[in-house]
Amino acid sequence: MQNRAMSFIFPKWTNTLPLKVAVGAVLVANAAGAGVWYYLTPKYTRVGYTPKQPIAFSHAIHSDQLGIDCRYCHSAVEKSWFSNIPASSTCMNCHSLVLKDDPKLALVRESYQTGKPIPWVQVHKVPDYVYFNHSVHVNRGISCVHCHGQINHMDEVQHAKPLSMGFCLDCHRAPEEKIRPVDLVTQLDWQGAVNGKQLVHDWNVKPGQSCSTCHR
Amino acid sequence: MRYFLTLFILAVVGAVTVLGFRGDKSRKPPRMAEIFPDLNIQPKLRPQTVTKFGGFADGASSRPFPSGTIAQSIGFNNNTAWEETPLNTGRDAKGFVEVNPVPVTADLLKRGQERFNIYCQPCHGAQGDAAGGIVKKLGASTVANLQDQRIVRMNDGELFNTISNGKSTMMGYAGQVPVSDRWAIVAYVRALQLSRLGFKDDVPAPVLEKLK
Ligand code: HEC
Ligand code: HEC
Ligand code: HEC
Ligand code: HEC
Ligand code: HEC
Ligand code: HEC
Repeated sequence: MQNRAMSFIFPKWTNTLPLKVAVGAVLVANAAGAGVWYYLTPKYTRVGYTPKQPIAFSHAIHSDQLGIDCRYCHSAVEKSWFSNIPASSTCMNCHSLVLKDDPKLALVRESYQTGKPIPWVQVHKVPDYVYFNHSVHVNRGISCVHCHGQINHMDEVQHAKPLSMGFCLDCHRAPEEKIRPVDLVTQLDWQGAVNGKQLVHDWNVKPGQSCSTCHR
Repeated sequence: MRYFLTLFILAVVGAVTVLGFRGDKSRKPPRMAEIFPDLNIQPKLRPQTVTKFGGFADGASSRPFPSGTIAQSIGFNNNTAWEETPLNTGRDAKGFVEVNPVPVTADLLKRGQERFNIYCQPCHGAQGDAAGGIVKKLGASTVANLQDQRIVRMNDGELFNTISNGKSTMMGYAGQVPVSDRWAIVAYVRALQLSRLGFKDDVPAPVLEKLK
């Protein structure tokens, strides 16, 4: 009599319930953890960002096919913390000669005549509390490709690297893996071998790792 | 348990379908939930950015130069850009200066070569003979051949002036190329021209041996 009452309260399947709950909880916790790890870092949130630009400007055509150096347009990149987007007069240097009346360039011509800026959409941005500087990197043999990816093969600029704090620090801890001769900085396809340790030693390259290097 | 597992797998597949993979192309700006966004986006002016904070009426964060003015800091040796010296204009009282006022050294030529390949090569070609990318590609046939007799005979000052202010269909490069680099380019253009005008006797014997 007593036995029947007990089994009425706890049917047989409850025997494995604790195990099932445990397995379920482990699965859900792992999935949540994996989701956070995979989706909530800049590797997911930033990489791949490709805003639609007002003009279908292609780096693949201009850099790769025509062989224009990055600095023809981004002329401040070696001198300043900021790498400028070129003025419309820079485009008109050539586009007053080629594709003079092409409708794809209407906005460039308008901007050139009226002085109204072209509303390019910014792709890369570090938060305002981070101190970043282009010239220190570019003049120390750090190529654009490490932070921007293969821009010279992109028809639309795409955010290729996470630009997170861990990303910056990975290189600041081991610059010898990325460093190259300064005159090859804008050759994004360059694959040659170089003795990084030697360059780091000769130029006395010491990227800071203390917080105040990048947060000042 | 079967129902739970099915639901679980559906949920995972659903999440991956909606969220996609790392590196997928996305048009939406990467914004994560920000609790205190004011540190990320501070009320300060950034170059070339539309700003609502303290910018100018048109939203720009800086002004173009008023016409006829020049920034002091972009001159030669930092501060002389406003002076009408031959160094800054390529002219003296008699007209275009004949020779480069900057002493021509190996370093200057090296700098000139680098700058020429950035700013001139796309149109004039690496040898200056008008075989650059845009000529090859679209036949922008008005591009001048820098190996031309007429240009070889020009004064250095006139070349400098062409780089600074342009010449008919070529636009000026004063905005991209600072004064010191313009003289470096002039020196390098001279070297390019010399390379086509030299005589056999100009070549040092050991080099000549190699060329044979
Ligand atoms: C050194 C010369 C040069 C400069 C500087 C230059 N372009 Fe071009 N651009 C060209 C040439 C040459 C083509 C034609 C390529 C072709 O037809 O394959 C071209 C093509 C284009 C096209 C059409 C591409 C297509 O899909 O057909 C656009 C749009 C364009 N350029 C925009 C710009 C903008 C914007 C700038 C300024 C940031 C600029 N260009 C600066 C030489 C130049
Ligand atoms: C003919 C001019 C021109 C040349 C040459 C050029 N760029 Fe650009 N670049 C632009 C313009 C215009 C934009 C803005 C439009 C866009 O994002 O597509 C831009 C945008 C960019 C951006 C994204 C900026 C942002 O908003 O975050 C990067 C990074 C960049 N360029 C790197 C390079 C590199 C690296 C090279 C050399 C391989 C190069 N560019 C050569 C004109 C040029
Ligand atoms: C060490 C990493 C690094 C290197 C090397 C680097 N960049 Fe950048 N770049 C960045 C970061 C970070 C930003 C975003 C800066 C900001 O928030 O203003 C950026 C922004 C830009 C922009 C957009 C500027 C704007 O605000 O619109 C351009 C254009 C650009 N870089 C071009 C280049 C070129 C060309 C080179 C190579 C000559 C280069 N960069 C090398 C990290 C780098
Ligand atoms: C591919 C390698 C590489 C990456 C990626 C990189 N850096 Fe650097 N960084 C260097 C090197 C090399 C130096 C030069 C150190 C020197 O001159 O001794 C440097 C110098 C600096 C300096 C100047 C340090 C000083 O002492 O004044 C700052 C600031 C800086 N980096 C910030 C950043 C930030 C922020 C990022 C991430 C967006 C970043 N860096 C990513 C290699 C890198
Ligand atoms: C090489 C440059 C560099 C150094 C050195 C550095 N940081 Fe950062 N830090 C960054 C960058 C870049 C970001 C922005 C990351 C992002 O937006 O994904 C950042 C972000 C942060 C954040 C905000 C994180 C977030 O996700 O909101 C904190 C907090 C921080 N750093 C603290 C530190 C401390 C503490 C140190 C010293 C131990 C330090 N940082 C050293 C580059 C650096
Ligand atoms: C966008 C293409 C382009 C670029 C880049 C360019 N030029 Fe030119 N250049 C031209 C064209 C086109 C002409 C022919 C002008 C005419 O006579 O209509 C010319 C003519 C010249 C002339 C002859 C001027 C005369 O008196 O007839 C010189 C010298 C010259 N360029 C030097 C340079 C130098 C140095 C650079 C680099 C700083 C440079 N150019 C960059 C297109 C270009």
